[in-house]
Amino acid sequence: MRYEAPRTLADATGMLASCQGTARVLAGGTDLLVALRSGLVEPELVVDIKRIPGMADIVAEDGGWRVGAAVPGAALGHHDGVCRAWPGVVEAVELIGSTQIQGRATMVGNLCNASPAADSVPAMMAAGALARIAGPDGTERDVPVGDVAIGPGVTSLAPGELVASIFLPETPARSGDAYLRLIPRTEMDIAVVGAAVSLTLDEGGCCTAAKVVLGAVGPRALVVEDGAAAILGTTLDDEALAALERVASAAARPIDDKRGTVPYRRKVAGVLARRAAHIASRRAGEKS
Amino acid sequence: MSLQHVTTTVNGDATEFLCDAAETLLDALRDRLGLTGSKEGCASGDCGACSVMLDGRLVCSCLVLAAEADGREVETIEGMAGTGELHPLQTKFLELGALQCGICTPGFLVAAKALLDENPDPDETEVRYWLAGNLCRCTGYDKIIRAVLETAADLREE
Ligand SMILES: Cc1cc2nc3c(=O)[nH]c(=O)nc-3n(C[C@H](O)[C@H](O)[C@H](O)COP(=O)(O)OP(=O)(O)OC[C@H]3O[C@@H](n4cnc5c(N)ncnc54)[C@H](O)[C@@H]3O)c2cc1C
Ligand code: FES
Ligand code: FES
Repeated sequence: MRYEAPRTLADATGMLASCQGTARVLAGGTDLLVALRSGLVEPELVVDIKRIPGMADIVAEDGGWRVGAAVPGAALGHHDGVCRAWPGVVEAVELIGSTQIQGRATMVGNLCNASPAADSVPAMMAAGALARIAGPDGTERDVPVGDVAIGPGVTSLAPGELVASIFLPETPARSGDAYLRLIPRTEMDIAVVGAAVSLTLDEGGCCTAAKVVLGAVGPRALVVEDGAAAILGTTLDDEALAALERVASAAARPIDDKRGTVPYRRKVAGVLARRAAHIASRRAGEKS
Repeated sequence: MSLQHVTTTVNGDATEFLCDAAETLLDALRDRLGLTGSKEGCASGDCGACSVMLDGRLVCSCLVLAAEADGREVETIEGMAGTGELHPLQTKFLELGALQCGICTPGFLVAAKALLDENPDPDETEVRYWLAGNLCRCTGYDKIIRAVLETAADLREE
């Protein structure tokens, strides 16, 4: 294995593209080092992106925030602007591991590891976040976060490509988001189910835009279009929330494993979607 | 396999070593630099026995490549006590018997110091969440938590 810590994005993508064998990007390493240690991957090349200037920055852009691929959870959680705009995304990132893991783990690493249970991915998708993908020969493209992780451990990135940053868009007035997950303990475990909701209310408290995304109940995070439809045009009254719970349960496509059975996961998916919508609407109300 | 040349600062001292590209910072600290205070409990980020500070952030050194430490500052348990004087957390751990076998203790001390540096007045819940990534098979945690809370109170009075 070779270790490289390039100083420019062009060098990083160039190294990845020209590597004949397996190459891996290293961000916080909290997935990659575990995989290396267990022999799950045996890369020829590891490209550490943390020395590229700007990678660890959070920058205001078009009313939203651009978060570099090397920003660890601990830094995101201390950023007032992002915490105010997207509390649901921040709470999802902060659920990843312990204090020690937070010192290293990045949102982009969570995305590119492509675990179906990745906590920050449903929250980023509900936020309408875009991943900026840098390729060899200086190309850049922006894609919805939901198009990056496409199956367990599989991304849509081409050889030589890496995710350079995540863009969290501007939040309209009276908007709120939230992420909830169920784990059998209070800390340090993998989501049995995760649910993210992002929504906007009008002055009368009526929902004018919504996104509902479930995690850990399918091979990739699942957008529940019917869930958004169930709360659009409502004031998130009990009836609307009950409808959301029903459709989120029905949309879930979970597997049976030691963490939970199919019926249990379905049930929990509905409950968490309803509760996340409730918290998101409360946050939206507070931001009027 | 060619060795990686790493120049770094460990507990304030400029240090150099050679390591394999795939070697962890924990292994380099223990096997190349003889700093065996940081322990390997799991090598997968779960137990916190290998906790160190890297450029001021608490991390698991088993999940850091040694090569990543180049040009950075590493602080380990060996740097915690002053010359001839234990850190108040260390004294309190001894006083309250917050350890039995001691394997987890260096990690708990490094992590607890990071907490008190950031928040001098944590409540019990904050201490328990902050230390959730440090596992102890012996003590049942209560004495550890009490030692951290009492040290925090003592330091606030100083
Ligand atoms: C003890 C422990 C607890 C954990 N708890 C949780 C949890 O509660 N929830 C959860 O979701 N996850 C959890 N994880 C998994 C892990 O911490 C997260 O997925 C984390 O966000 C990964 O980020 P990283 O920066 O460390 O990624 P890395 O390990 O650096 O990278 C992860 C993968 O993504 C690739 N990659 C990284 N950056 C890029 C990039 N910019 N472009 C392209 N590819 C890239 C890497 O090559 C690698 O394959 C836990 C891990 C540990 C060890
Ligand atoms: S040895 Fe590093 S966390 Fe257990
Ligand atoms: S004292 Fe033995 S593991 Fe904590």
